[in-house]
Amino acid sequence: MRWVKKCVRMAVLVFLVSAAAFLLVSMSPLDPLTTNVGQTALGSMSQEQIEQLQAYWGVGVPPVKRFLSWAGDFLRGDMGISLLYRQPVAKVIWTKLANSLWLLSAAWLLSGLFGFLLGILAGIRRESAADRLITSYALLTASTPSFWLAMVFLMLFAIGLGWFPIGLSVPIGVEASGVTTADRIRHAFLPGLTLALTGISHIALHTREKMLEVMESEYVMFARARGESPGRIVLHHGIRNLILPGITLQFASISEIFGGSVLVEQVFSYPGLGQAAVTAGLGSDVPLLLGITVITAVIVFAGNLAADLLYEAVDPRIRRGRRQT
Amino acid sequence: MGKNLRQNGQTVLVVRHLSIQFTQYERGWRQKSFEMIRDLNLEVAAGELVAVVGSSGSGKSLLAHAVMGLLPYNAQWTGEMEYCGETLDEKRLKKLRGNEIALVPQSVSCLDPLMKVGEQVRMGRKDRESRACCRAALGRYGLGEDTENRYPFELSGGMARRVLISMAVQKQPRLLIADEPTPGLHAEAAKRVMGHFREIADEGTGVLLITHDLEQAIAVADRIVVFYAGTDLENVAAADFADENLLRHPYTRALYRAMPQNGLLTVPGTLPYEKQSRVTGKEVTG
Repeated sequence: MRWVKKCVRMAVLVFLVSAAAFLLVSMSPLDPLTTNVGQTALGSMSQEQIEQLQAYWGVGVPPVKRFLSWAGDFLRGDMGISLLYRQPVAKVIWTKLANSLWLLSAAWLLSGLFGFLLGILAGIRRESAADRLITSYALLTASTPSFWLAMVFLMLFAIGLGWFPIGLSVPIGVEASGVTTADRIRHAFLPGLTLALTGISHIALHTREKMLEVMESEYVMFARARGESPGRIVLHHGIRNLILPGITLQFASISEIFGGSVLVEQVFSYPGLGQAAVTAGLGSDVPLLLGITVITAVIVFAGNLAADLLYEAVDPRIRRGRRQT
Repeated sequence: MGKNLRQNGQTVLVVRHLSIQFTQYERGWRQKSFEMIRDLNLEVAAGELVAVVGSSGSGKSLLAHAVMGLLPYNAQWTGEMEYCGETLDEKRLKKLRGNEIALVPQSVSCLDPLMKVGEQVRMGRKDRESRACCRAALGRYGLGEDTENRYPFELSGGMARRVLISMAVQKQPRLLIADEPTPGLHAEAAKRVMGHFREIADEGTGVLLITHDLEQAIAVADRIVVFYAGTDLENVAAADFADENLLRHPYTRALYRAMPQNGLLTVPGTLPYEKQSRVTGKEVTG
């Protein structure tokens, strides 16, 4: 039952996000016909052609009706045709997402794992050397814009040292069939590293705070009174009590990784979803922009939903508490 | 009760001139320190149950934490502590803690909320011996096998208390320190818990019971240490509380008169440290 409730809530949220995005776009001063074919082409078109185009874009149709027809098509899988790529939006998004997905998931996993570990190390003892070092690092990266770090890495490792390619997701001038996994990894390495490094700070600081709380808790005091070693306390009481908030935070941070990817992919000219979003925005590609907005929202909400459900499955207080009542 | 044992019992714990100071920063930079315990003396012999009785928030829990070596980082202590005739220092404590010296803490929040009770009693060990030991310890206090599979939030107040006691006694310690083991329990359950401590003492363990409940303490203890404003005002045999004339200190007499069967008379007054202990909050009083 709770599953159903949560899924319904998510559907409502996605609906609201798409409605808001649609409203913003229809309020923008963009003229759909001009954006579609361009000023000059529009001038040379016959009245009939223009009417046809106006019917396609729903000129004169009330926004609510337009939204409903767009949303209906969207649900059936027809997201429209991208103006810039001249391909169905669904296909564009799918290709870009496939490029982005493993870059983003690698960055997400790495930042989560290392952030969690660093947070634990820092939180074992307040003001210890490890704590100072890790906290300073986290604060430093938290206040570093990801695109700036991306440019530094680009200058240092791609241009200066030449260890990594300066951009794109595959080598230039190589047939698609000739691209190896090693090539892909080499191209995704720097953008992934940038995203992971800037993503660490959040989870590290949060985990540190929780860890300090655990280490100063009464149950750790009692564990010490029972002669449990510090190592055992960290492994058995620390991680056990940190893993739940850690998971929740990490799933909730999917949105941040997506947000960061927009800038980082731009710097590295990495043809992912983030870059497509920028291109669509700058090029007034309305169907693609709306498609990306909705799909990204779905992924972010799915992350939050997963966190919620995982939490319930793992935390005995929720799991067993419900069974008893 | 435990009297005969006590006579030939070896002294387990000696605390001499114990003082505990707290350092705190006022408004961020002005350092301020105050004493929560001052020149406290007491002894516990094997088989003896000594109750330290004082009002809530008077800092008597600190005594337990000091003996266990678990004072918070901003506390310093001076004085001497001896265990079985030898000085009790940090290094020795590390070996003794949980084995020869055990603590029964104040509340259920001393159990890891996400670990099953059985696992906590066994401290994560899974071998057959530990399992048997855990079973025996819990079984002794009437806790069935299903208790082992419960999480702390699934225990009632009385059950949690018994779990904490069984955790402390499973290694048969020579010194047991119980820090306010009964709050939140109804009179009948509290009496039963107190009875467990008497039983543990009768088996030869020295028990130091820290409580605010004089009546309960008199019922089970051999000696009562009256704790007020950070120090021991009077150290009397529990039996002496039968007659007011055997009590010397006026505060002890006031306590006596405040007991229900002696007229419930209260004497107005406040603790000198009350204001400060409120400043430090839970850390000090807890």
